[in-house]
Amino acid sequence: DPQRTAFLLRKQWTLYSVTPLYRFSDARLRDYARLLSAFIAAEKQKGWAVEVGVELDIKVAVSSLPDLRGSDQDQAAILVQLSSRSPASPKNSEEKVIWSGWFCCVSGDDLSENVPEDFTCLPLFLASGAESYTSIVGSWFQKTFDCCFRRLAISPLNLSWMAAMWTGCKVDKTASAMELVFSVPRLPQPLDISYAIHPEDAKALWDTVQKTPGEITQEEVDVFMNCLYSHFHRHFKIHLSATKLVKVSTTIASAHCDGIIKFLQSQYLTGVLMLLTELAISQIQ
Amino acid sequence: HLATSLPLPSERDHLRPRIDLIAFMIDIKSKYSLKNVEDSLAHVDASFFLGKVCFLVTGVGRVNYCSVEMNAIWKLGETYCSPVLFCELELEGIRVATAQRLLRMLQICAGHIPGVSALSFGSLMRSSADD
Repeated sequence: DPQRTAFLLRKQWTLYSVTPLYRFSDARLRDYARLLSAFIAAEKQKGWAVEVGVELDIKVAVSSLPDLRGSDQDQAAILVQLSSRSPASPKNSEEKVIWSGWFCCVSGDDLSENVPEDFTCLPLFLASGAESYTSIVGSWFQKTFDCCFRRLAISPLNLSWMAAMWTGCKVDKTASAMELVFSVPRLPQPLDISYAIHPEDAKALWDTVQKTPGEITQEEVDVFMNCLYSHFHRHFKIHLSATKLVKVSTTIASAHCDGIIKFLQSQYLTGVLMLLTELAISQIQ
Repeated sequence: HLATSLPLPSERDHLRPRIDLIAFMIDIKSKYSLKNVEDSLAHVDASFFLGKVCFLVTGVGRVNYCSVEMNAIWKLGETYCSPVLFCELELEGIRVATAQRLLRMLQICAGHIPGVSALSFGSLMRSSADD
């Protein structure tokens, strides 16, 4: 249902891998919201504050997103939202969401098949909002469910898979240009190279490379990327293959090697989550 | 002797001492380095592949910087019947240990170790890697 997940699109999410949660129950979400709220209030008392002098009354909501999963084997996604009303606005005004985080698992059978009972597999965590809130919410989950959060980085190898996979996706609306950003190593001043490719050219190239629709091999990804690199070299005499691919942007989504993702098409949301779940699981194992 | 690619310039051929070991360096962070090595391999005489060639893969410390696929490297080692060594140049301990390994291999390839030939050592290294 695209309406319910529309709020996940066009927002920058920071990625984490999460080890299985011990004794987590999706029937107790209201309790967890209460406990997390109390934890945040306690931390505030201790002197942790996002803005000095601003008294923020933070409300916590924990809910389930049943549509975000690959199969019935997967645990339904869990959404945590922190909202508050700024002290300047009137008492009955609506609260604004200041931080969101969600756990999900799309086609995570590799992990869920191998954990003992009592453990819930939600290996991918996405956060949007101030880092201090992410840290507080993360600490509470780590303490309560004995799990471990780690930033999920995306290697240049995986980014090139994403570039190839997402270029091949059909989109209804006008596709936006495919952009690849490369970081040049070993220079006194940091240098980034941005390579923008017309989406139809990119798709045409990928269509000539991919042999079986629905299947992608490492070889095909290499050929695709090498074509793009050769083209660039022909014009600029720079070997992009000697640089580090740090960001890939397509109509479907954009991904950065520091583990930051932006979903741009609801139609492919689950597909991208499946890939990210796989990356999270390999970081855990 | 260090070279960025092969073939070596022919002008200095007559001054060059005998080459006993070629270590091809592949930086796992650079796809270009793999391509460079693959192109250079074509210029190596077949007799070198009897134990006088090895592949040294650097930058393996950080998985998240990986631009080269591991299978491609294993395939290279298999195709050219040569051992693949891994190291992280930024860590002094590993750098020193790797240098010592290469030196040892060089001594064998140069025939300085009685009873061990480059070929026998090369096949020993490969069979232990397969296990």
